[in-house]
Amino acid sequence: MTLISVENLTIRYGANTVLRGVDLTVEASEIVTVVGPNGSGKTSLLKAIIGAIRPAAGKITRDHGLRIGYVPQRLHIDPTLPITVERFMRLLDRVDRSACAAALETAGVPDLLKRQMSELSGGQFQRVLLARALIGNPDILLLDEATQGLDQQGSASFYLQIEAVRRESGCAVLMISHELHVVMSASDRVICLNGHVCCEGSPAVVASAPEYRALFGTGTGGALALYRHEHDHDHNQDYASNAGNTEAAE
Amino acid sequence: MLDDFMTRATLAGIGVAIAAAPLGCFVVWRRMAYFGDATAHAAILGVALSLAFEMSIFLGAMVVALIMAVTVTLLSGRGYAMDTILGVLAHASLAFGLVAVSFLSGIRIDLMAYLFGDILAVSRMDLAVIWGGATLVVALIAWRWSSLLAATLNEELAYSGGLNPRSEQLVLTLSLAITVAVAIKVVGVLLIAAMLIIPAAAARGLARTPETMAFAAAAFGAFSAVAGLRGAYVFDTPAGPSIVCVAAMCFAIFGVFGWRKRSAG
Repeated sequence: MTLISVENLTIRYGANTVLRGVDLTVEASEIVTVVGPNGSGKTSLLKAIIGAIRPAAGKITRDHGLRIGYVPQRLHIDPTLPITVERFMRLLDRVDRSACAAALETAGVPDLLKRQMSELSGGQFQRVLLARALIGNPDILLLDEATQGLDQQGSASFYLQIEAVRRESGCAVLMISHELHVVMSASDRVICLNGHVCCEGSPAVVASAPEYRALFGTGTGGALALYRHEHDHDHNQDYASNAGNTEAAE
Repeated sequence: MLDDFMTRATLAGIGVAIAAAPLGCFVVWRRMAYFGDATAHAAILGVALSLAFEMSIFLGAMVVALIMAVTVTLLSGRGYAMDTILGVLAHASLAFGLVAVSFLSGIRIDLMAYLFGDILAVSRMDLAVIWGGATLVVALIAWRWSSLLAATLNEELAYSGGLNPRSEQLVLTLSLAITVAVAIKVVGVLLIAAMLIIPAAAARGLARTPETMAFAAAAFGAFSAVAGLRGAYVFDTPAGPSIVCVAAMCFAIFGVFGWRKRSAG
């Protein structure tokens, strides 16, 4: 069953085209990961799917009544806004305390109900965001670099948690990640994005694709390549030269 | 009971405090303090126009405050920083308002009454307008509370839950315009922002959830209105500023001290 289908999606910020002609589908219970350099339009793609950005062209179809659990890249809570974990969990869903506690348990952070959001560590905070996304029994989880700010161990265990959630609840996952080594092991399908879809397929197929190697280099399976990739992306010069300008949009 | 001017003044002050409390919380959380100021300053232009065209001051102030708020929303995101836009519009509209008032030579206006309020002169009709407006604002915010909170915390999160943060922003803007319009009589355009921000800021140190902060802000606001009026009566001081002084003392005691204790513990 197709949960989300994106057809020929184009997104522009002013004169700047961030995404052009993107096609994408997410089926039930699969983990799809979007990789790509800064400014490649990953976050814009996710924002368009949740309806926060109006596409310049193309169509986004969500399955009727699709429940989305969204975990944002960063969530800044103003220090003047007092809010407990329990209250935050109820932000969008009317649920009782036991449901909150159960979702926190699933996300791997039980016993935080009464704490203030501002008192949490980075790892706890991200897991509470995950718990909140899980509380409405979503059909699909959307994660936008959800492990930003976590150390390697923290993000590895975070992704293990995601896999466990998928196994237990059967929800699909569409995530953006910079951590290619994690992505390669945890995903069913990888989409390499750089203003358009460069290549897609199973992790093994994508890792050996010339387009992917052009972006992320070879040899390390992508784990270290991230830090030395260059914009030598010559099969579409427009996007490569645009990439630097679109950083603000990301 | 309403024959006594002190009773009417107290009721007017409490009405404004109750409307301003939940709205003030959002103004503080969203860092819109200057936005409140700008809307309030625009209201003086509304007062001048109302007097010129002989229509209700409440209506004129509200319409200009709304136009101001919409203009700010439209102008934002065009290259100027938000505080620059607000700075230009707030002071420009205040200046134009003051100039416009000076043209109204036929009518004698006590400008001070609009800048600092004239709570002791609140009539039964004013009281009805204030409580009507306050009820409307509280009802609007209570109705949209959860959505407003979600949109305040994170716009994308709100979108993912099927909400539209832009329409929530409109609810806040509308409420702000109504509150400013009804509060002119009580504290005047220069001190309205104080009634929004100070009780909410004082409540922050005591609260653990958004809801308790809003209730605590309402309590501080109502207390400030009652105690400020009493103080104005006893010490023969201007009523509006006295109310704000009490609110500021609440902030000094509960806001600064309460929050410091929290962060130390």
